[in-house]
Amino acid sequence: MGMPPTHLNSANSTLSPQVLTTLSKEKKRITPLRIVWGLLAIAVLIYAGQKSDLSFGELFQGSGNMMEYISRYFPPDFNDWRFYLSDIFETIGMGVWGTLMAAIVAVPLSVIAAENVAPFWLVFLVRRFSDAMRAINEVVFALVFVVAVGLGPFAGVLALFVHTTGTLIKLFSEAIEAIEPGPVEGIRATGASKLQEIIFGVIPQVIPLWTSFTLYRFEANVRAASVLGIVGAGGIGVSLYQSFRAFKYGKVCAILILLIVAVAIIDTVSAKIRQRLV
Amino acid sequence: MSRHLDVIGVASQYCCDGLEVMQSTVRDSLDASFGQPAVKVDGLSKAFKGRPALQQVSLRVETGEMLALVGASGSGKSTLLRNLNGLQQADQGRVEVFGSPLQVDGQLHSKVRQLRSQVGFIFQQFNLVRRLTALENVLVGNLSQVSLWRSLTQSFTQAEKLKALSALERVGILDQAYQRASSLSGGQQQRVAIARCLMQGAKIILADEPIASLDPESAGKVMELLTLLNQEQGITVIISLHQVQVVQRYCPRSIALRQGVVCFDGRTAELDEARLADIYGSAVEELVLRGHSEVFVP
Ligand SMILES: Nc1ncnc2c1ncn2[C@@H]1O[C@H](COP(=O)(O)OP(=O)(O)O)[C@@H](O)[C@H]1O
Ligand SMILES: [Mg+2]
Repeated sequence: MGMPPTHLNSANSTLSPQVLTTLSKEKKRITPLRIVWGLLAIAVLIYAGQKSDLSFGELFQGSGNMMEYISRYFPPDFNDWRFYLSDIFETIGMGVWGTLMAAIVAVPLSVIAAENVAPFWLVFLVRRFSDAMRAINEVVFALVFVVAVGLGPFAGVLALFVHTTGTLIKLFSEAIEAIEPGPVEGIRATGASKLQEIIFGVIPQVIPLWTSFTLYRFEANVRAASVLGIVGAGGIGVSLYQSFRAFKYGKVCAILILLIVAVAIIDTVSAKIRQRLV
Repeated sequence: MSRHLDVIGVASQYCCDGLEVMQSTVRDSLDASFGQPAVKVDGLSKAFKGRPALQQVSLRVETGEMLALVGASGSGKSTLLRNLNGLQQADQGRVEVFGSPLQVDGQLHSKVRQLRSQVGFIFQQFNLVRRLTALENVLVGNLSQVSLWRSLTQSFTQAEKLKALSALERVGILDQAYQRASSLSGGQQQRVAIARCLMQGAKIILADEPIASLDPESAGKVMELLTLLNQEQGITVIISLHQVQVVQRYCPRSIALRQGVVCFDGRTAELDEARLADIYGSAVEELVLRGHSEVFVP
């Protein structure tokens, strides 16, 4: 019992004044500025809640109706399963092609969007271009392409392609900006051209990340593709929407179950591949 | 298995041819640039944000020399080496390689890539592409001779592969040819970098502290290898080193830099303690008197 205080005392007596003054300079955790920021954040949350009609009370009051509504989804109606399965394959196909086309286009564009490779004006131009493609949701692009190429999955593929290209340009070029410069310089020193530096020095360094990003976007695109049918751009969304409109909730439930299983399988497989790459 | 052995057999056979070819090209270039120094530097100056890193550096290196660049850390050794093959541009002065101006007053020659292909560069951190195999890293040395289309498809000819394999055999790591560079030890990586210089057909090798990241045994092997290439193939070697004992053992001539100025240029034997103290300042104790000499005693 007696030990610790003596220990402390002896430690205290040998503490240098510099140590004590350093401790006194430690930043305070609560400052007036932080209080102001905190209050501001709370105000923003309350305002946003009002704007979006947030009302947890209603959710609980209507819970009886809600249960009744949900029960209509069961049992699921798998009568048209062959049809749904082919729709799901169409959905996955849209995801594959939308992603693949985007990856192919993003490879050269991301190189000229990387600050350590291309001149700044070109980087600026390509980056703003990719921002624009990324800023607009796939569904909006799908509406545009349904008008341009007609109803069907191809419109969906194009919608996924444009949005994904924007995303992959950004991700790919950020990967390029994070490479080690040494190996590239090693290749430059042999008398190689700029393009050869990129092919042999830059690309091998980013390939694992690029593949991983592409697979990740593929997972996301299959999920996105399942919605695009609602605006007529192909995939399982068409059947989903039609069943909803006909109040056939059993069918909706069957479609959702199949969709969940398909997406889960794709996510698992893709995550396994990505783990191996990095 | 037998097929694998076969490949090695062909490669070693080719190696002898390769060496002859290499030697004859050295001879050709000697004829063409007869009397021209391998490297000639005139009044080279370079500053980083106003702070001078090189000041009026002039030097001349004859073909076939093995020259050490010494000086304390920050004295400008790396900057000078990087200017010799145009990885960096100076503010003033000129660099000539076998009589051709490589850079003049900060302007690179329009054919700088061709000139560079005669000059191999070895880095302290090896600077290999870690995900490529040893063989691919060596093949990269030949890129200045490879067309755009073949570069895009990353395809190399059988002859190029044999040349690269014999370069790997020359540096003693043929058995690691298909290993990724990242899985090789530091010493092995540095030997891949030397093989890349051979693939390149380099007549000059610039080495920037090539043994600073290596264990003593690998460091010894790398130094022996560079000496061998210098003596047997007449490759001019300019090498920056900070272990004075290594300099004394391998390099007949030394150039010393102090704050970007050449403060000694002559026979290494003349680098006595007073001169070393002058070059290294207060660090002399650590670098010279307690150096790693014991390692390099055979
Ligand atoms: N890229 C750079 N940017 C700014 N300063 C640099 C750069 N490279 C070198 N220097 C400076 O130039 C001087 C010489 O450096 P360096 O050539 O690397 O010396 P050494 O290789 O002899 O250690 C040092 O003062 C260093 O800080
Ligand atoms: Mg250095």
